[in-house]
Amino acid sequence: MQRIGVFVCHCGSNIAATVDVSKVAEMALMEPGVVHAEDYQYMCSEAGQAKIAAAIQEKNLTGMVVCSCSPRMHEATFRKAAERAGLNPYMVEIANIREHCSWIHKDVEEATKKAVILMRAAIAKVNLNAPLQPGESRVTKRALVIGGGIAGIQTAIDIADAGYEVDIVEKTPSIGGRMSQLDKTFPTLDCSACILTPKMVEASAHEKINIYTYSEVEKVSGFVGDFTVDIRKKARSVDMDKCTGCGVCQEKCPSKKAPSEFNRGLNTRSAIYTPFAQAIPNVPVIDREACIKFKTGKCGLCAKVCQAGAVDYEQKDEIVTEKYGAIVVATGFDTIKLDQYDEYAYSQSKDVITSLELERVMNAAGPTHGHLERLSDGKAPKEIVFIQCVGSRCSDDRGKPYCSKICCMYTAKHAMLIRDKYPDVNVTVFYIDVRTPGKNFDEFYRRAVEQYGVNYIKGQVGKVIPQPNGKLLVQGSDLLDNKQILKEADMVVLATAIEPNPDVRKIATMLTASIDTNNFLTEAHAKLRPVESPTAGIFLSGVCQGPKDIPETVAQAGAAAVKAIGLLAKDKLLTNPCTAQSDILLCNGCSTCENVCPYGAITYEDKEVNDHGIRETRRIAVVNSALCQGCGACTVACPSGAMDLQGFSNRQIIAEVDAICR
Amino acid sequence: MSLEKKEFKPKIVAFCCNWCSYAGADLAGSSRLTYPADVKIIRVPCSCRVNPMFILRAFEKGADGVIMCGCHPGDCHYSTGNFYARRRMTLLFSMLDYIGVENGRTRVEWVSAAEGVKFSETMNSFVEKIYSLGENVRLGDLRCKS
Repeated sequence: MQRIGVFVCHCGSNIAATVDVSKVAEMALMEPGVVHAEDYQYMCSEAGQAKIAAAIQEKNLTGMVVCSCSPRMHEATFRKAAERAGLNPYMVEIANIREHCSWIHKDVEEATKKAVILMRAAIAKVNLNAPLQPGESRVTKRALVIGGGIAGIQTAIDIADAGYEVDIVEKTPSIGGRMSQLDKTFPTLDCSACILTPKMVEASAHEKINIYTYSEVEKVSGFVGDFTVDIRKKARSVDMDKCTGCGVCQEKCPSKKAPSEFNRGLNTRSAIYTPFAQAIPNVPVIDREACIKFKTGKCGLCAKVCQAGAVDYEQKDEIVTEKYGAIVVATGFDTIKLDQYDEYAYSQSKDVITSLELERVMNAAGPTHGHLERLSDGKAPKEIVFIQCVGSRCSDDRGKPYCSKICCMYTAKHAMLIRDKYPDVNVTVFYIDVRTPGKNFDEFYRRAVEQYGVNYIKGQVGKVIPQPNGKLLVQGSDLLDNKQILKEADMVVLATAIEPNPDVRKIATMLTASIDTNNFLTEAHAKLRPVESPTAGIFLSGVCQGPKDIPETVAQAGAAAVKAIGLLAKDKLLTNPCTAQSDILLCNGCSTCENVCPYGAITYEDKEVNDHGIRETRRIAVVNSALCQGCGACTVACPSGAMDLQGFSNRQIIAEVDAICR
Repeated sequence: MSLEKKEFKPKIVAFCCNWCSYAGADLAGSSRLTYPADVKIIRVPCSCRVNPMFILRAFEKGADGVIMCGCHPGDCHYSTGNFYARRRMTLLFSMLDYIGVENGRTRVEWVSAAEGVKFSETMNSFVEKIYSLGENVRLGDLRCKS
């Protein structure tokens, strides 16, 4: 029989206001095995933990139940407290009487009754708990960063500076990401390339950093500290070692009709290309779909002009397998597709562009060499309309429910830059709200309005209609003056919502990292563990976790690096002991469990079994506890009931069911 | 024995997976979204840990409704667990319906960690359904009900 202690937390008034905590503690003493019960204001505090330790030692407890907040909040705290006092941490169970009781019920009597039942279920479970010992696993002292934008670059540099090897895997031919496409950055208006390219160079020159560009993560297996990752290095068709980056191939390439991804399709590039002049590595790739040699077999001009003999049409995709201790996801974002927003005439007029396209238009290396001009006829615009929240803060399913966070600021930036360079151009911004929380942000926005005379109108645009004279008729409303507005514009810029990189779903599935309904990766705790995924060993950097601007991204990238370093600095990790185990007397080696195990943790061994005096060799399922993550799929699949999950055993869960239905 | 009619207070067991639905229930709590106290949650690592036996046991012990919540299909923390759970429950629920435990007393719902609102709405509608169905008498072990 266990000797169980029950500790009921008031959580200030969070629990005590709706649950009669002393009654709960009193009722606990009537349960089987309970030898000690008390309530206290804050069980998680030092004084509370001291009470727990004292009770464990004085009453010789073999198990304990804490009636408090969610186990997702403080289970680890109480387990550590128990361990310090000499109790096996897996003999601790939490009854969640805050999130699942006091916070959602108003009636004291009803809430108290429920709290008692939840406590009984936890006591019933702990009565059947067995002390568990975590195993140990080794840590591979190498990190993988998925995504080579500013988030990935910063994380990689920070980890590498701490002395650990880092690999960056970047899908496109160059690192740099979205930031490399930006012209200027708010609120300082410094040039994006001037602050980014030195970082890119630093990463590529760092002796601890290895960059795989034009590569993708193909397969991930293993677990925290010991991931095995297959990286597909897509065939570049150019030998990285031989290429000198002279650029002659790109000049001579006769196929120049492929839309430039870097310039958002606003102009074209050659089939053999580097995305932009400062690309790292400065080695081109051949776009095999656009290349004449690959399409027709004739051409081969690039190979002829290449002095270094680097062009290799025969090159094939290569799979590299590497081991990592930690993985940082930094997959970034893209703007949403505007198919659903036909009212803004994006597909009908070349003069309706997204803000990211405007960045390219305003950039000296962009399609117009930095001249602000209409993309339809190259004329200088006189009247520009910005439309905010295109697809952001959207209540229907055309767009996104969240605020994209960066649009208010970059629109103020664009408006200001345009008014500064072209004072004769009128700029109007239609907005729902202007949101400028951030250091020097509101000052920046006010400068756009007060100093640069940008015309802000609170109201939405219903429609943009291309006119026969080439202008765009903007139909909007002014909510403050309560009137309809018809405005002829030369250009319309859409502050398009951002969404996580579409590949993130695939990557999250490989990593078994959870993502939310908007495809942003979920944090382990929204407030207290914002750069960790709930999946151990996976860290989040940048916009893959939620919309953010560059300084926030860089800050988060550093935070993710610190968390990864904290993991890599350990030599060994304790593994979760709540793993599956098979009963050798019940198992008949049928292989059902092996088929449902997502981790390949189950194998079969011939074992000598003594079944009630009959000795024979049987094929028995064996669980590799280092691989088992404790999902329990096998326990239910097992037709003979041989598989059970430690910490969540059949008997424990049934005891909980019984306690609740009592 | 009194002939006074007792007010019906249903017993409802909710199995919630640790990664999505339990967190969703926590979010419902921290957002102060109410649902009836008749619902008691049991935490399991994954919806695929829910053995049909547990659900039968609950009905046997006098539960009036059992709901199982897991991560959305495709979002399972363990990749595929909820697919197994979905198939198992489909079979179990049709069998339960056949033996008289109406389909309304059992439910599978996918609730993510971000869906506190959905969790509370789901529980409210489920409890309402159980009230409309009344006491479960089919599988109940008569010795267990007072």
